[in-house]
Amino acid sequence: MRTSGLDPVLVEILNRRLRIVSILIFVIISALIIRLWFLQIVNGPLYRTQSENNRIHLQKITPFRGMITDRKGELLVDNRPSFDLYIIPEDIQDRNQFLAGLKFLIDIDTEQVSDKLDKTSNLYSFRSILIKKDITRDELAVIETHLFNMPGLSVQPSLQRSYLFGNLASHVIGYLGEINENELKSGKYPNNDAGDLIGKSGVEGKWHNYLNGIAGGKQVEVDAAGRKLQDLSIKPPVPGMNIILTIDKDLQSLAEENLKDKKGAIVALNPNNGEILAMASSPAIDPNMFIGGIHKTEWEKMISSSDSPLQNRAISGQYPPGSSFKIVMALAGLEEGAIDPDELITCPGTYTLGNHAYQCWKEGGHGNVNFQRAITESCDIYFYKIGIRLGIDKIAHYAKMCGLGQKTGFELGNEAEGLIPTSEWKLKRFGVPWQLGETVSSSIGQSYVLTTPLQMARLISAVFNGGKLYQPKIVMYIGNESDDVYRFEPTLIGELSVRRENLELLKKALISVVNDPQGTGGRAKIQGIKVAGKTGTAQVVALEKIKNPRSDDEVSDAFEDHAWFVAIAPAENPQIALAVLIEHGGHGSGAAAPIARDLIKKYLNIDQ
Amino acid sequence: MMFDRRLLQNFDWILLLILILIGAISTINLYSATFPIRDAGGSQIFFKHIYWFLIGFAFLLLMTTFDYHFLERLAYPIYFFSIGLLVLVLALGEIYSGSQRWLSIWGITFQPSEFFKITLIIVLAAYFADHGEYTEYRLRDLWRPFLLIIVPFLLIVKQPDLGTALILIFISFSIILFMKVNWKSLLILIMISLLSAPFIWFSLKDYQQKRILSFMSPGSDPLGSGYHIIQSKIAIGSGLLWGKGFLKGTQTQLHFLPEQHSDFAFSVIAEEWGFAGSTFLLILYLLLILWGINIAKNSKDMFGTILALGIVSIVFWQLVINVSMAIGLLPVVGIPLVFFSSGGSSIISTMAGMGLLMNISMRRFMFQ
Repeated sequence: MRTSGLDPVLVEILNRRLRIVSILIFVIISALIIRLWFLQIVNGPLYRTQSENNRIHLQKITPFRGMITDRKGELLVDNRPSFDLYIIPEDIQDRNQFLAGLKFLIDIDTEQVSDKLDKTSNLYSFRSILIKKDITRDELAVIETHLFNMPGLSVQPSLQRSYLFGNLASHVIGYLGEINENELKSGKYPNNDAGDLIGKSGVEGKWHNYLNGIAGGKQVEVDAAGRKLQDLSIKPPVPGMNIILTIDKDLQSLAEENLKDKKGAIVALNPNNGEILAMASSPAIDPNMFIGGIHKTEWEKMISSSDSPLQNRAISGQYPPGSSFKIVMALAGLEEGAIDPDELITCPGTYTLGNHAYQCWKEGGHGNVNFQRAITESCDIYFYKIGIRLGIDKIAHYAKMCGLGQKTGFELGNEAEGLIPTSEWKLKRFGVPWQLGETVSSSIGQSYVLTTPLQMARLISAVFNGGKLYQPKIVMYIGNESDDVYRFEPTLIGELSVRRENLELLKKALISVVNDPQGTGGRAKIQGIKVAGKTGTAQVVALEKIKNPRSDDEVSDAFEDHAWFVAIAPAENPQIALAVLIEHGGHGSGAAAPIARDLIKKYLNIDQ
Repeated sequence: MMFDRRLLQNFDWILLLILILIGAISTINLYSATFPIRDAGGSQIFFKHIYWFLIGFAFLLLMTTFDYHFLERLAYPIYFFSIGLLVLVLALGEIYSGSQRWLSIWGITFQPSEFFKITLIIVLAAYFADHGEYTEYRLRDLWRPFLLIIVPFLLIVKQPDLGTALILIFISFSIILFMKVNWKSLLILIMISLLSAPFIWFSLKDYQQKRILSFMSPGSDPLGSGYHIIQSKIAIGSGLLWGKGFLKGTQTQLHFLPEQHSDFAFSVIAEEWGFAGSTFLLILYLLLILWGINIAKNSKDMFGTILALGIVSIVFWQLVINVSMAIGLLPVVGIPLVFFSSGGSSIISTMAGMGLLMNISMRRFMFQ
């Protein structure tokens, strides 16, 4: 047939090979047909019987989810046995009668149950359908006694995640929810199938694959009605690993008590390695709520609420630091020579720049103050002047060196960066140049400056631990009897490159804030221990306040200042660093300092 | 290009008839396979299958409109374009159950690896048609085709899509063996493959290793693929001579069969239509393959012969591997039965391949 191009000899060779190929293919496909003959005709009757009796089902065995404890081993999250109510459609004789009986026994929306029955294909009628998770003991008692005259109803035990202390550390621990389609597709949950609960946030989310374990399974032989005849083979589940947090439960619960009915956040760190001892954010939500599946309207209410209870304010709340920013100002000023510790600067109570007068918080002013006085009494005028000497870009350089305006690298993520403005930033963001007046208000942590409580706690840690910025971590240990997956190790991520004597000057001043009779942090003072710290009062809506002077009783709570206190103790051998922020709490000295004092006393075991 | 009237006279009606028959049977079969899950996405799978077939036939006709020699000249541009797509898949492909195989362009999601089978055949056919002077290939004559094969192979293994990667190897070896390799070279080749196996093994990720392990020994996973094979064998065996009847296969309808609309679609026809049905289907595929080889034989040039043979080898290998898996002769590996398993990229790319076969058949009497 080949008429062109090819050499007739080659054509002959190719045709011979094609014949061989055809024969090979014919033989192989015939072999498949012969195999089918054996399967379907010779052994067919055997398989036919098997298919008629075929009721081998795969049943999943859910693994035991790892437990979570505090640093001392006290259990925070466990699994408790619970009972779930199922129905087997095939066994129900009279649906209306069944539903009426069900309504009589327990409080349940029978219409929803009826809907579920309608949706179930007849082909699956031997499979159980979950109608109520985690029934109460009382309900269980009633149902058990009536089980025999309610064919189609069954109770099955399961394990339920249990947050032993409800709200406690709920932002850190996180919560569980049913895996959704995108999560299934993502391949990030290799050990989970549709219908499984997975960790959605916090420690539960971040270390889900360790906590989860690996599901087991069994082949179960069932009869036509789905009743179990026997287990054919079992693959035991592998339990999840346990997690020990760096959190101190007693400290955490005291922190949360102090935030009760307020909005705000408290962070306590081990200043020497970045372990988080407590991280509280208020308002909070009890993660037990999510387990049975949360109602849609409730969920929407939760995310749209202005209180944002799901937000972890300690890491993602961004607040102007107020006077606690003077720690940065002090370091920048000393290091750059803008501050001479002995220089006396006069504070007459106002500072005029152009045609605008900037106030000191103290009416009438502080008189002549040196560096230590200025920090101790938190003189605003002193730092306005230092701010002008430094300029915003130098201030920003030191703030960034102190870890502000950037994520701290906190293990759980979801952090806000805060904001440290520079002249370049402003030009880019607003298209207008930086104003000198903005330098003035930035100098006392106002204007555009925003920080998170965690950043501030780490800042004071660094001042007292020799300048080291550690990555804040929350997990001390992950593992179980046979496996040791992770043990805490500090991670150094930055250092304050400032001279030692400058750090010493600042430390001395911060000790004096709490211990000097004139100090603004006097209410954090503890007998016998040197506490150091810095107050902050962050104006929320400066303009509004001018219109509504404080004496006015009708001032809305929303215009009240945020109260800050950052503290560390004992100053000579620091063991705990804290940042306390109370939204709209008023002055840092009054609203935040006493809380810091109580927490330090608790952690250092001091009774007074 | 002038459209020659003789082309229409030479239109290969037999090929078209076989394809329509297989398409019709597979549609009926898929209706049954998706019936138990019709409310849970099953009907969509069914209607999509019809839709893929219609698009597939359009592609088939499209592939007959030009002279296939055109492809010989364009072989390398097509090849590098397809490699580009495979790289793109790894860069921004969509991940589904842990593998990254899909690419979404203008709202159309497809699997470039499926289309690569055709690309590889075109480029190998072009290469060997151009180097037809060898009567026996030695290893050193083959380094270029090896390079052409190994690059896409590695890219597809990386996704990972071991099934398709394996098919690429089978197709390539079919073509190379057909071109006749010196027996010593063949031996060395086998040795090299065996020796390089450990290196490839250790460069694989954990889950890739696991897949291969369960591929090697299904007994290691009695609840997973072992269970699948048992259920598939029960389904096929219980069909007896005439089957249980349409929509009456208990294994299918009670959903004991895994992946019954894709990898195990053959088990469905065997259960419901018995030995008669399954054999009829296999004979149809055999006719399709032998007809394809006839087209290869009648082609007037080397390029056409190798191209036709390569396309036929896709159908052959996927048929043999898929059916062997269903009847328990091979471990479970995700290789679909062409035209029979659901899946748009597979159907459309194979239909395009059939179009090329038709193209070669239609131009068998023409002079260049």
